[in-house]
Amino acid sequence: MKPFALHRASSPREAATLLTRETGARAIAGGTNLLDLMKLQIETPSLLIDINRIGLNAIEPTASGGLRIGALVRNADLAAHVTVRRDYAVLSRAIVAGASGQIRNKATTAGNLLQRTRCPYFYDRSTPCNKRSPGTGCSAIDGYSRHLAVIGGSEACIATHPSDMAVALRVLDAQVETVDAAGGVRTRALPDFYRLPGQDPQLETNHGGELVTAVNLPPPRRGRHFYRKVRDRASYAFATVSIAGIAGPDGRRLAYGGVAPMPWRDASGEGERTADRIIEATFAEARPTAQKAYKLPLLRGALRGELDA
Amino acid sequence: MTIAENDWSRREVLTSTAGGLAGASLALPGSALAETRQYEALDVRLVVNGTAQAMRIDPRVSLLDLLRERLGLIGTKKGCDHGQCGACTVLVNGRRICSCLTLAVLHEGDEVTTVEGLGSRGALHPLQSAFIANDGFQCGFCTPGQICSAIGMLDEVARGEPSHVSDDLLAPVLSDPEIRERMSGNLCRCGAYPNIVAAIREAAGEMNA
Ligand SMILES: Cc1cc2nc3c(=O)[nH]c(=O)nc-3n(C[C@H](O)[C@H](O)[C@H](O)COP(=O)(O)OP(=O)(O)OC[C@H]3O[C@@H](n4cnc5c(N)ncnc54)[C@H](O)[C@@H]3O)c2cc1C
Ligand code: SF4
Ligand code: FES
Ligand code: FES
Repeated sequence: MKPFALHRASSPREAATLLTRETGARAIAGGTNLLDLMKLQIETPSLLIDINRIGLNAIEPTASGGLRIGALVRNADLAAHVTVRRDYAVLSRAIVAGASGQIRNKATTAGNLLQRTRCPYFYDRSTPCNKRSPGTGCSAIDGYSRHLAVIGGSEACIATHPSDMAVALRVLDAQVETVDAAGGVRTRALPDFYRLPGQDPQLETNHGGELVTAVNLPPPRRGRHFYRKVRDRASYAFATVSIAGIAGPDGRRLAYGGVAPMPWRDASGEGERTADRIIEATFAEARPTAQKAYKLPLLRGALRGELDA
Repeated sequence: MTIAENDWSRREVLTSTAGGLAGASLALPGSALAETRQYEALDVRLVVNGTAQAMRIDPRVSLLDLLRERLGLIGTKKGCDHGQCGACTVLVNGRRICSCLTLAVLHEGDEVTTVEGLGSRGALHPLQSAFIANDGFQCGFCTPGQICSAIGMLDEVARGEPSHVSDDLLAPVLSDPEIRERMSGNLCRCGAYPNIVAAIREAAGEMNA
């Protein structure tokens, strides 16, 4: 690991100021993704801001009947929160489908949203990768790509966003709140928070490295909540594909993981009658490589399993 | 982290600016910050197995390396060093975590329990006894992590935390599939899984009795 200085922040304001003013500064929350990447020298921050003692660890009802989830709430605590289990079950289900008990005890809401891709070439510093080293090329497009994106990618990068939690947050219309050095607060829905790779896959979000303070959920949506995750082993593996869904009186909402550079939703397909037609409509623009073609039938099968349930 | 690196960082500490970043105000000019950046050691106080420890360490030291290399508590094992195997599982403030994926300096004031702190030769923890009674290991490398993980896991169940295989999110019950799913962060290269599940099932029954 490269040397770095570590500063223990005592307030969100202080953390936000250091993060935006100091070059090479990164927040460290649970550390479960950042330290993994720092050990491999894929991430080389010169200053770590420890944000574990700045508060932002509460789950509170909002005035509009929704829920405000602090950026530092641990994944395990979020999944176990009684209101989340009862009213936002898709979120509990998605979180417990990810990682392991040990990791969920450490991982935080913001850290989970901002975790980096699991593309094998991103992790292998001996290979070209536009996301890790802009301009070097993408090893995955003609390489081992079975885990990567079938939609939303570009000629520069076909990486997927690996989070399960974020797929549930997408179906719930969550908003991410950030604060800048001057105390200015912004909220962005997930499709505006994340960016598609285009020609600049190293830029993954639009929040400019600002401190994430919270995730806000709208009032609960009634209906059956589900999260179906398909992976290479029964537990403790990232999704090959996943589907977060709410099927209720106000219609059906679906978001997909393991298929795109950000949690994917296309409302236009949701009204179709059968699982096969929903997937066909939602993924009409999909351009899978031969290695990834299996993901489309897998999505159809996974969705059939849920809608017929 | 090797011993040589430790020596190197200790030497650098002596030359780094006194006070440093820990006392820095937001008005600290960028250049001063840059100077103190690279080699600053930090003070950390922890309670490990009931004993208070105070140290000045390189911020790169993982909690795992602190336990093994600085405190000589070698019961906790390093398997992958990347959160993938669970051999390094310890309890921090009662909750199980991977000690390889966290920095020691992030744990100021925390209470850490390792396998050495669970029981003694004459009075083993019920999970330790159950692992012996059920042959819950072969080589034993994964066992300290399995046992610490199982203790944290049974607390999670007692608090009503759901898992991926809980049919009812609001009322999970402990079953063999629940034990397997909840312990999936602990790999065993010897494949002692059936006996590990049996040991945990037995200990859970005893601890509830
Ligand atoms: C073995 C293993 C298996 C896993 N399996 C899964 C899985 O199946 N599904 C899944 O979804 N995930 C999985 N994960 C990933 C895990 O969910 C993430 O590592 C975790 O959520 C990251 O959270 P953290 O708090 O530890 O983030 P950190 O590592 O602390 O931070 C991650 C990034 O977020 C930034 N950051 C953190 N907080 C803030 C903030 N408040 N404001 C601004 N920036 C911030 C950091 O600077 C860093 O860039 C796995 C991880 C491991 C190691
Ligand atoms: S898909 Fe993206 S992350 Fe993977 S090698 Fe190509 S550029 Fe890098
Ligand atoms: S050594 Fe920590 S999980 Fe493998
Ligand atoms: S007993 Fe050998 S690795 Fe588990």
